[in-house]
Amino acid sequence: MRRIFFIQPVLIVSILLAACLPAFSGSLDSFQGEKGELKISGGTAHIPVMKEAARQIMMANPEIQISIAGGGSGVGIKQVGEGLVDIGNSGRKATDEEIGRYQLKLFQWAIDGVGPVVNPENPVKALTKDQMKDIFAGKVSNWKTLGGEDREINIYTRDEASGTRAVFWKKGLDKGPITPSAHVVVSNGAMKSAIAQDPYGIGYVSVGHIDASVAPVALDGVVPTIETVQDGAYKIARGLYSNTRGEPVGLTKKFIDFLYSPDGKKIIESKGFIPVR
Amino acid sequence: MKKYGELVAERSFLLSALASSSITVAILAFMVFMGLPLMKQAGFYQLLVKPWAPYQGTFGIYPMIVGTGCISLLSLVVAFPLSLGCSFLIATIAPKPVSKGLRRLIELMTGIPTVIYGFVGIFLLVPYIRELFRSGSGLCVLTAALVLGIMITPTMTLFFCDSFDRIPRSYLTAAEALGASRTQKLLYVILPCAKMGMLNGVILALGRAVGDTLVALMLAGNSVRVPGSVLEPARTLTAHIALVIAADYESPEFRSIFACGIVLYLFTMMVTFLVRYLSFAEGRRD
Repeated sequence: MRRIFFIQPVLIVSILLAACLPAFSGSLDSFQGEKGELKISGGTAHIPVMKEAARQIMMANPEIQISIAGGGSGVGIKQVGEGLVDIGNSGRKATDEEIGRYQLKLFQWAIDGVGPVVNPENPVKALTKDQMKDIFAGKVSNWKTLGGEDREINIYTRDEASGTRAVFWKKGLDKGPITPSAHVVVSNGAMKSAIAQDPYGIGYVSVGHIDASVAPVALDGVVPTIETVQDGAYKIARGLYSNTRGEPVGLTKKFIDFLYSPDGKKIIESKGFIPVR
Repeated sequence: MKKYGELVAERSFLLSALASSSITVAILAFMVFMGLPLMKQAGFYQLLVKPWAPYQGTFGIYPMIVGTGCISLLSLVVAFPLSLGCSFLIATIAPKPVSKGLRRLIELMTGIPTVIYGFVGIFLLVPYIRELFRSGSGLCVLTAALVLGIMITPTMTLFFCDSFDRIPRSYLTAAEALGASRTQKLLYVILPCAKMGMLNGVILALGRAVGDTLVALMLAGNSVRVPGSVLEPARTLTAHIALVIAADYESPEFRSIFACGIVLYLFTMMVTFLVRYLSFAEGRRD
């Protein structure tokens, strides 16, 4: 009899907790009772948001396993199309041909800019669009002509699968040439650490990735930030997409819905992107 | 009963031997098949000598072949003296406990994953090279070759040590009896006897340097241009495959990496045959 008395308060507390738990988690409600694995790959600009969303979901429900890989937009579209992953992210809109071939469904959940960046030590923090085109074409090869130190400009670009590259090339360089002597790195994160390491480098990253380790370069007087992307003053912008093959179902659908929920939007904002309304 | 069992074993071994050897051939056939559309369109020779400019419609892998050649040969130049010194020390000069310890350490070094060499190189060597020469970004042929050289040194050293150990004891004692100094013993007995074994080691280390992907991908800068000096960035064939594999399956870019695969395959095959031939020649001479 005494033992039951002891158990009673524990039971009451746990029932109360169970009743209150959904109220704490808010948008995470829908993941109650779900379990299984969700595989995500593709765009590297998406990764911070994906990681935070996955962390919150897995904290609320440890039965769910979410794995996140990079690879670039091309990889994301290809892998989701081939059925290797559940969600393939891309930092560019999938082409009509890709949508047709794989029956892709596109979900744009954020707006992002692509901004040129230099090392914070570099005094050159503003360029005109023509100057930038000349730099990436290899016509201007010394920082001195732009008001910097007398050192060679080290140009960094991204690999063929990158959506960031596709957008920057189209809207930033007006499809102008990128010199073959440019260094090639494989993700937004790698670009950031390369520029943070190299005082004479110039590259471009997703605006959401710009932090104290790299300095954004104002283009025709407009500094790429969330605000300038949002009000349209900064023109090199793009959508961030999560793609699925066919209509998403189950866990995949819930994950995408979570990105559009108030909690999801909070994550997107905190990682430096603009959630779509 | 025993005979029957033996027959089964024989057949199954034959089967596994056939399977593994046919897979090797099948891989080559697969690469040729996949690369064929582009090769027909452009010609294999054209692929080998043209530059890489996907937007202008040329998918040559010439810069990557040159990049691979420069980086791997330069890494041999770095690794050879290092390995030679290490193996001399281990095999002849150092006292027994020291040489044993060193050998264990070098065996351990062969097991370090290449990504760790690349990682250390990015943080320690790249800024140093950039400021030392005050040119470029530090991500260049020289940096990659230095790290790759250090990476292949343990393999080479172990091969050298093994070939030193294979020298008959009596040769060494004979040299000592004739009053040869340590240096003389090294130069006139050990080196000539171990020549073939050392060559094997060098060739296999070269194979490892050519085949490595991550060090070059992380440190060589990956630009698609024939490097003008060792301080300029370059891209290797393996890094090129790693970078392009993400492109669309149907695109000519993607097709071109099969040409890279064929070049690498043929190179490895050549290396293997060379090693076989050399060991065969050595075996016949003895």
